[in-house]
Amino acid sequence: MTHAWIQSFIFLGLVLAIAVPLGPFIAKVLAGERTFLHPVLGPVERGLYRLMGIRGDEDMGWKAYAWAIAAFNLLGIAAVFLLQKAQGALPLNPEGMGKVATDLSFNTAVSFTTNTNWQAYGGESTLSYLTQMLGLTVQNFLSAATGIVVVVALIRGLMRRSALGIGNAWADLVRTTLYVLLPLSAIIALLLVSQGTLQTFAASVKTTSGQVLAMGPAASQVAIKMLGTNGGGFFNANSAHPFENPTGLSNLIHMVAIFSIPAALCLAFGTMAKDRRQGWAVMAAMAVIFVAALSVTTWAEAKGNPGLKGLPVNQMVSTEQGGGNMEGKEVRFGAANASLFATITTSASCGAVIAWHDSFTPLGGLVPLWLMQLGEVVFGGVGSGLYGMLLFALVGVFIGGLMVGRTPEYLGKKIEAFEMKMASIAILLPSAAILIGTAVAVLHAPAVASISNPGPHGFTQVLYAFSSATQNNGSAFGGLSVNTPFYNYGLALCMLVGRFGVILPVLAIAGSLARKKYTPESVGTLPTHTPLFVGVLVGVVLLIGALTYLPALALGPLAEHLTLR
Amino acid sequence: MTTHSRHTAPARPLFEPAIVKRALVDAFRKLNPLHQLRNPVMFTVWVCSAFATALWLQALTGQGEARPSFILAIALWLWFTVLFANFAEAMAEGRGKAQAESLRAAKRNVKATKLAGPDRNGPSSTVEAPTLRIGDLVLVKAGETIPGDGEVLEGVASVNESAITGESAPVIRESGGDRSAVTGGTLVLSDWLVIRISTNPGETFLDRMIAMVEGAKRQKTPNEIALDILLAGLTIVFLLAVATLLPFSIFSVKAAGQGSPVTITVLVSLLVCLIPTTIGGLLSAIGIAGMDRMIQANVIATSGRAVEAAGDVDVLLLDKTGTITLGNREAVAFIPSEGVNIHDLADAAQLSSLADETPEGRSIVILAKEQYGLRERDIRVLDAHFVPFTAQTRMSGVNLGHREVRKGAASAIEDFVQAKGGRFPEDLRRRVDEIAMAGGTPLVVADGAKALGVIQLKDIVKGGIKERFAELRNMGIKTVMITGDNPLTAAAIAAEAGVDDFLAQATPEAKLKLIREYQTGGRLVAMTGDGTNDAPALAQADVAVAMNSGTQAAKEAGNMVDLDSNPTKLIEIVEIGKQLLMTRGSLTTFSIANDVAKYFAILPAAFVATYPALGALNIMGLHSPESAILSAVIFNALIIVFLIPLSLRGVKYRPMGAAQLLQRNLFVYGAGGLIVPFVGIKLIDMLLVALHLTA
Repeated sequence: MTHAWIQSFIFLGLVLAIAVPLGPFIAKVLAGERTFLHPVLGPVERGLYRLMGIRGDEDMGWKAYAWAIAAFNLLGIAAVFLLQKAQGALPLNPEGMGKVATDLSFNTAVSFTTNTNWQAYGGESTLSYLTQMLGLTVQNFLSAATGIVVVVALIRGLMRRSALGIGNAWADLVRTTLYVLLPLSAIIALLLVSQGTLQTFAASVKTTSGQVLAMGPAASQVAIKMLGTNGGGFFNANSAHPFENPTGLSNLIHMVAIFSIPAALCLAFGTMAKDRRQGWAVMAAMAVIFVAALSVTTWAEAKGNPGLKGLPVNQMVSTEQGGGNMEGKEVRFGAANASLFATITTSASCGAVIAWHDSFTPLGGLVPLWLMQLGEVVFGGVGSGLYGMLLFALVGVFIGGLMVGRTPEYLGKKIEAFEMKMASIAILLPSAAILIGTAVAVLHAPAVASISNPGPHGFTQVLYAFSSATQNNGSAFGGLSVNTPFYNYGLALCMLVGRFGVILPVLAIAGSLARKKYTPESVGTLPTHTPLFVGVLVGVVLLIGALTYLPALALGPLAEHLTLR
Repeated sequence: MTTHSRHTAPARPLFEPAIVKRALVDAFRKLNPLHQLRNPVMFTVWVCSAFATALWLQALTGQGEARPSFILAIALWLWFTVLFANFAEAMAEGRGKAQAESLRAAKRNVKATKLAGPDRNGPSSTVEAPTLRIGDLVLVKAGETIPGDGEVLEGVASVNESAITGESAPVIRESGGDRSAVTGGTLVLSDWLVIRISTNPGETFLDRMIAMVEGAKRQKTPNEIALDILLAGLTIVFLLAVATLLPFSIFSVKAAGQGSPVTITVLVSLLVCLIPTTIGGLLSAIGIAGMDRMIQANVIATSGRAVEAAGDVDVLLLDKTGTITLGNREAVAFIPSEGVNIHDLADAAQLSSLADETPEGRSIVILAKEQYGLRERDIRVLDAHFVPFTAQTRMSGVNLGHREVRKGAASAIEDFVQAKGGRFPEDLRRRVDEIAMAGGTPLVVADGAKALGVIQLKDIVKGGIKERFAELRNMGIKTVMITGDNPLTAAAIAAEAGVDDFLAQATPEAKLKLIREYQTGGRLVAMTGDGTNDAPALAQADVAVAMNSGTQAAKEAGNMVDLDSNPTKLIEIVEIGKQLLMTRGSLTTFSIANDVAKYFAILPAAFVATYPALGALNIMGLHSPESAILSAVIFNALIIVFLIPLSLRGVKYRPMGAAQLLQRNLFVYGAGGLIVPFVGIKLIDMLLVALHLTA
């Protein structure tokens, strides 16, 4: 247990060490200021604008911005869909993969465009290298960039005064990809290759014992998969696969990469708000929930499986073994690492896994499930985590502001009916998708047939799938056969609702806030950088999450836990 | 709240029997679903109640999903939930109506003497007041009631406006200037007035007030709308969470192979317990009560929006005279002319003021006693003859035999001295100018033909006002003093009163400019005004309180009217506005926090048959599933009743910073909201068991 905690603190320290310089850097890039990368990449940026016929300094209103983002993403879905359909006739296909079924292609296209990376396919058994690189990896970059530019637009809305525009979507996308995502991914890919992650166009290899070893250009995709909180593995076994995640060090790189940008964006928010404390407060709220969640998972998994009590099985932590509940876990990583990774990947909407969440203890599996249901706001997806958290901050400020007897304000902007309407929609739509999706599935016989476990655990499998898809996490609980038309189309729909049902209201709020006047701060203003406000924010997130999902959780992991106990 | 500036009627008791009786009837009348549609939360409860009733009727036929008596109990308590919320609203409205009725008493059907022309002796006719239109001229004589709002064209009269203000002292109304506005329903006590009617029937000030307090014209305020949206959003979330429980339960029963799917009765109960019925049921009562509290402070707001905006104000523009300083001035120094002994001056000053009962006069006597040890003398013993102040002489004083001691304005004394053959000393003239320049009032004292010196009078800052401003500063509100004084004087008084800033030599234009400047900086400005020349600034200010004694133009420009014409009222108005928002926020928090306990009551009850292990969630140890659900529903209904006094009275406001205020309210309503229902539900459960009211 001590080692688990030391490792967790090293992890958090590394994230902080990266976020502190990266946050202000991102703020600078998106403000269009010069950085040390401009001498090299500046000409590329200008060249791209000329190529696409864009004026980078042209300001867009929120509707134009939203149209740009929506059109850009729809195009992405179409491109990935068509690529899968045509891959058989295209190069870089040493294994001779044929065209992918329509429902699966659609699911995968939506999944990678919405930053979900839910995988109803097995990478090495379904997709060509070209599809993985040109379709999935490209969308890994673009969906991450989409999340980042949306939160930046929201922050601009908070900061601008009596303004109509919230920035230029095209310039924001280009700058994010060019100056932030590409350089960082290159560094991570090289680090991973140094640890043994594969990067090759060679075909699969048959070992002397007859085992077929899948190959491929994994490192370039894995780097952005973690950095962009995408989570879609090159291989079916995801980060548990030794060719994706070969060593303990590569595992640490994976974990740190997931949190780097979400944490940095909090600080970028502080920089853009010209009040760094605001960024730290939001990050503190995230960190509080993360540490609490991590403690529960680690404790639950270290305790081991109660079903093995009385059998000649040693689950104790000792110098001989990591101990704990080892079912479904990589022996290389052990229960503690798996708990940490699972908490990180579900706090952030990454969804990469190094262990099967299906095999976690009921409580250990409840935490990742609930973290997703909270709305992926504990660090969350790149950009989406922060804009989700800022929505909760608006709700917190609204109720808190009323309690101190003023029309609520956040960063000097009054929070009124329109903002509350949009925030309510953004919180409501994903909840509706998860609950209604699960309800339909458990009544629909073919969908029930996909469930592998009886009882509450089977219910959890379905609930997990809809939570993961809707909140754009993409991790699989496992145990549920999801490559069926029902799940492929149903979950794709949930992914779209969970993504654009939040992005559009967020951009609407950005537009509405930008138009507002600024109200200077006074002692009568509710301060939003204090520990008290951090507490309010944590309370709002947990309370809304608990109240919405407690009944469902009671029939799933809670019932299972109380029964097994 | 300090009450030193209030002289309003004592607050109405919270539960006046007559109002309660009428509210009880109204609570049933409001069961009309069309009325409920206005409030999405309570409409949901209404639908649930109707649903539960239908389930009970079905159960009576023997095909019910549970015991009919259980379903009936749930249905009844759901109806009670709606009724209690209706009762709260009706109580708030009833209190408003009671206020309106006492106002309406003033609106008796009066007859008016309508003049054909401006000549009051010209032809006239007697008409009913409601037939008067804008521009009609009426003559009102002593003992008659003014038939409508209007402007005095001619005449001076004392008017009893107690029907409107509750203030029994009569006020003077005369043509021209800032005292020319009269209000319909008030009574002329002496003399006569020729009035030009300025409003049509049904639109008079009194009419608008009555409509306002009756809640007939009540529109939802911006903030209320925003909260409504949030509550509606939460209601839908809970509707989803509860509605999907049925499929989840069906699946679970199949998976576990035991128990039966959750009943609709339980789902409906769970839904009503979870949706924010506490705040939803009390929301409109809170809004009406806020308006009502304004009226009890003798302020009429023209809209709920104005009341709400008052809570947001961050700059107060306050007139110096009457608000910050008393109207009266106080003697602070005797300054002798060259060659005059200061004791002689003090002696003469005291003599001249012995019979002067004005506050200024008293302050001179006191200064003479405190600084020069001059004992107060009895004017009768001295055989002195008091010469009172008149507008002609502009002096007052005493005659002691042939000795004539006078005090008064410099020019008046100069005339007096010269008439006696004396000379007004040059150095004294300079002293007088110096005092005037520094914002003081110089009073010159003369003994016969000799001008002795000058008494310096100064503004007196109201007691306790400095502390009041400090409180405002703690609330984050900036105070700005508006005065016609020169900057030096203004600075001195501003420092003494502890205001944050001042505007000296203020003109209406300068006031308007100042307000615009603050607003451009994003601040909300409140001000008071009474004169016609205040109208532009009043129209520009976010919260503009017109004095009832002010002109019609000022009242039209403002969004509140202070019936007491008390400029310090602005501070109270801000507090009432804040209180309104705080009450909403606190009850919302309380309402949502309550849900945690209700889950712990209902979830195990609903699913223990399917998964017996879920019984572990019954941490309150409730007797049985039925008693647990019933207790939660009963608690949810009763809590509305318990919180009616709070929503009518408002959460207590304390002048402190936002951070402390939040901490305090979070503790009381957030933590309290978590804990209270655990205790309440357990107690109700124990009671149900003790009374054998549950299975």
